[in-house]
Amino acid sequence: MIYKEKGTNSFSDYPSFNYEYCIKMTAGSKSQDGISLDHDDDGETRRDFLFLTAGSFGAVGAGIAVWPLVSSMNPAADTLALSTTEVDLSPIAKGQSITVMWQGKPVFVRHRTEKEVEEARAVNIADLSDKQDDVERVTKDKDEWLIVVGICTHLGCVPVGQKTSESKGDFGGWFCPCHGSHYDTSGRIRKGPAPKNLAVPPYEFLSDTLIKIG
Amino acid sequence: MGSGERIEFDNKVVNWIDERLPLFTLMQKEYGVFPTPRNFNYFWNFGAIAMFMLIAMIVTGIFLAMNYTPHVDMAFDSVERIDRDVNWGWMLRDIHMNGASFFFIAVYVHIFRGMYYGSYKKPRELLWILGVVIFLLMMATAFMGYVLPWGQMSYWGATVITNLFSAIPFVGDSIVTLLWGGFAIDNPTLNRFFALHYLMPFVILAVVFLHVWALHICGSNNPSGIEPKGKQDTLPFHPYYTMKDTFGLLVFLVVFCVFVFYAPDYLGHPDNYKEANSLVTPAHIVPEWYFLPFYAILRAITFDIGIPFTDITIISAKLGGVISMFGSIGLLLILPWLDTHPIRSCRYRPKYKFFLLVFLVVFCMLGYVGSQSADAMFFGLPMTLVGILCTTYYYGFFLVIIPWLNNTEKGRDLPKSIHDAVLQAEREKA
Ligand code: HEM
Ligand code: FES
Repeated sequence: MIYKEKGTNSFSDYPSFNYEYCIKMTAGSKSQDGISLDHDDDGETRRDFLFLTAGSFGAVGAGIAVWPLVSSMNPAADTLALSTTEVDLSPIAKGQSITVMWQGKPVFVRHRTEKEVEEARAVNIADLSDKQDDVERVTKDKDEWLIVVGICTHLGCVPVGQKTSESKGDFGGWFCPCHGSHYDTSGRIRKGPAPKNLAVPPYEFLSDTLIKIG
Repeated sequence: MGSGERIEFDNKVVNWIDERLPLFTLMQKEYGVFPTPRNFNYFWNFGAIAMFMLIAMIVTGIFLAMNYTPHVDMAFDSVERIDRDVNWGWMLRDIHMNGASFFFIAVYVHIFRGMYYGSYKKPRELLWILGVVIFLLMMATAFMGYVLPWGQMSYWGATVITNLFSAIPFVGDSIVTLLWGGFAIDNPTLNRFFALHYLMPFVILAVVFLHVWALHICGSNNPSGIEPKGKQDTLPFHPYYTMKDTFGLLVFLVVFCVFVFYAPDYLGHPDNYKEANSLVTPAHIVPEWYFLPFYAILRAITFDIGIPFTDITIISAKLGGVISMFGSIGLLLILPWLDTHPIRSCRYRPKYKFFLLVFLVVFCMLGYVGSQSADAMFFGLPMTLVGILCTTYYYGFFLVIIPWLNNTEKGRDLPKSIHDAVLQAEREKA
C-alpha cells in the first residue's frame, strides 16, 4: 500500500510509520515480530476476561453518566411543587361550566342539571369503552358537580362545550374538534378515537361551595 | 480516507497542504473527475438542491437565533420583532419558513426519483436507508422548529404530536412527561425544543456526509437503471454536472423566491399569528403541509383492534394510528428487501410503473385528507373512509403489490449499456 510514484505522500516513508505493519496488526494476523493478537488456542484466556470486564464496566459507567442527563429533562422541583387550586363554586349557576387552571392544565368544573345527571346515570355501563359508573366520577351527595381535567385523552386538545354557544357533541358533554371525540355529561368517552374518559383530578370539598384541586 | 494516491498540484501552497491533508485531492477525485452516468435527467438535480436548502436553513437559522428568545412570555413577541424591527429580519424569517417547505419539496422529489428508478436496490441499500434516516431527522427538526414562534398552531401541533407517545403501553405517560419537562407543554418544553432545533441540522449534516460518502462508493444510479460499463457511459462530474446542477438549482430558487418575496405566508397557517393559548384549541388543527399524508394515516385508524366478540382490546385506536404512521415510514426503510425484482428502472417495468404512479396519487390524496377536518365529506363519502382506503393502498403497495410483481412482472428487454440506451433514444427522436 505504499505508493512510490510521483506525488506520493512522502511521510509514508518515515520508518516510525509503517503502513504494512499497521494493517497487519489491525487485521489480527501474526506480524513479522511474532506478536500475535490471535489466541494460540481457542479456549478462554485471561485477556478475554479482562476485555469483557473492562467492557462491562465501561457500559455501566456510560449508563450512569447518561442517567443525570435524561433525568434533567423530567419535571424540575419547582414544577413538581404541586400547586393546588381553590375554586369558589357559588357563582356557577346550574347548567353552567367554568374552566380553571391547575398544574398548567385546564380543569372543567360543571354544575350539572338534574337532567344531565339522569342521562349520565341511565347509561348501560357495559356499552362504554372505558367502563365507569357516573357515581365513581363525582363526590357522594355532590352529584351535580362534575370536575374533570379538560384534556382530550386522545392527543391532548381541549374539548369544546364549556360555553353555551359551543357544540357539546352527540352526548351532551363535550366535543373534541381535533379528531372528533364525543364525551357525555359524565365526561366519559362515547364516540371517536379517544381511549379513556376525561380524567378526574384529585380534589376535595372544603365546604359546600369551595373545592381544592390537587 | 486519504491513504490512496495523491494528485500533484501546480500551486505550491495547495500542494503543501495537500501533502499533509489531501483535501484538494479528495475534492478533485470526488467532484472533479468523478465518473458520472452521462444520461441523468433533471430528477438527478434534487440531491444537490436538498444540500443547498440544508445549508440555507442552517445559515438563516443561526442569524434568526441571534434575535429569538426561547421563553413562553417572549417567544411570540421576539418573532414579531424579527419580522418588523430587525434589519432584514423579515427576509431571514421568510427564507427560513419557506425554506423548510422547499427543502421538503426537494427531498420528496428526491425520494420519488429513487423509487421510480430503483435507486434503493443493491448495492445502494445503505445509501437509501441513510436517506430515510435523514428524512426522519428532517421531520423531527421541522416539527420542533414550528413550535418556536409559539403561536396557536405551534402550541397545539406540539400538544397533539407529543401526545402520540402516550399511546405506548405502560410507559407512555412517563415518556410524555419527560418530553415536556412538566405536565403540559410549557416553558421547559419550548426551551429544550430550541436547543434541539439548533442541534439537529448539524446531525443531519453529518448523516448527509455519510449518505454522500456511500453514494461515492457505488456511484450514482441513472434513468436506465443499468450500471455504467465503461468510459463511453460516463462523464466527469465537472463541468458537466456542476453546470446542470447549478442550472436546476437556479430554476428551483426562482420559484422559491416567488414564495419568499410575494407569498411568504401562503404555505403557513393564519392561526399561528395568534399567540399560544393553553385554554383554547383552534377549531381545526393542521400540521404543516409536508406532514399531512402521515397525519392522515395517523387519523385513519378510528377503531380498536381486539379479539372479536369480546371486550378485549389489543391495540387501541390511538395506538393503532401511531403504529400505522411510523410503520408507513418503516416500510420505506425495508423497501430494498421488499422489491427484489432484478430490473431497477420503471422505464423497463411498466406494471410497477403503473402501481407506483397510483401510489403517488394516493399519497397526494392522503395529504388532502390530512388537511380536512375529521367530519368532512368527500363527494358524499366520509373523509375517514377515504383516509382508510388510501392507507390500505399505501400498505398494500409495499406489502402485496411489490412482492407480487417480484414474481410476475417480466419487464421489457434492457439495452446493452447506457450508451446504447442513449443512442436508441436519439434514434427514436429522429
Ligand atoms: C437532507 C437531505 C438530503 C440530501 C442533502 C441528499 C443529498 C444527496 C445528493 C447530493 C445525492 C447525489 C445527487 C443525486 O443523485 O441527486 C444523493 C443521492 C441519493 N439520495 Fe439523497 N439526500 C437527501 C435525502 C435523501 C432521502 C430522504 C433519501 C431517501 C429516502 C435519499 C436517497 C438517495 C439515493 C437513493 C441516492 C442515490 C441516487 C442515485 O444516484 O440514483 N436522499 N443524495
Ligand atoms: S385530541 Fe381529541 S380527538 Fe384527538
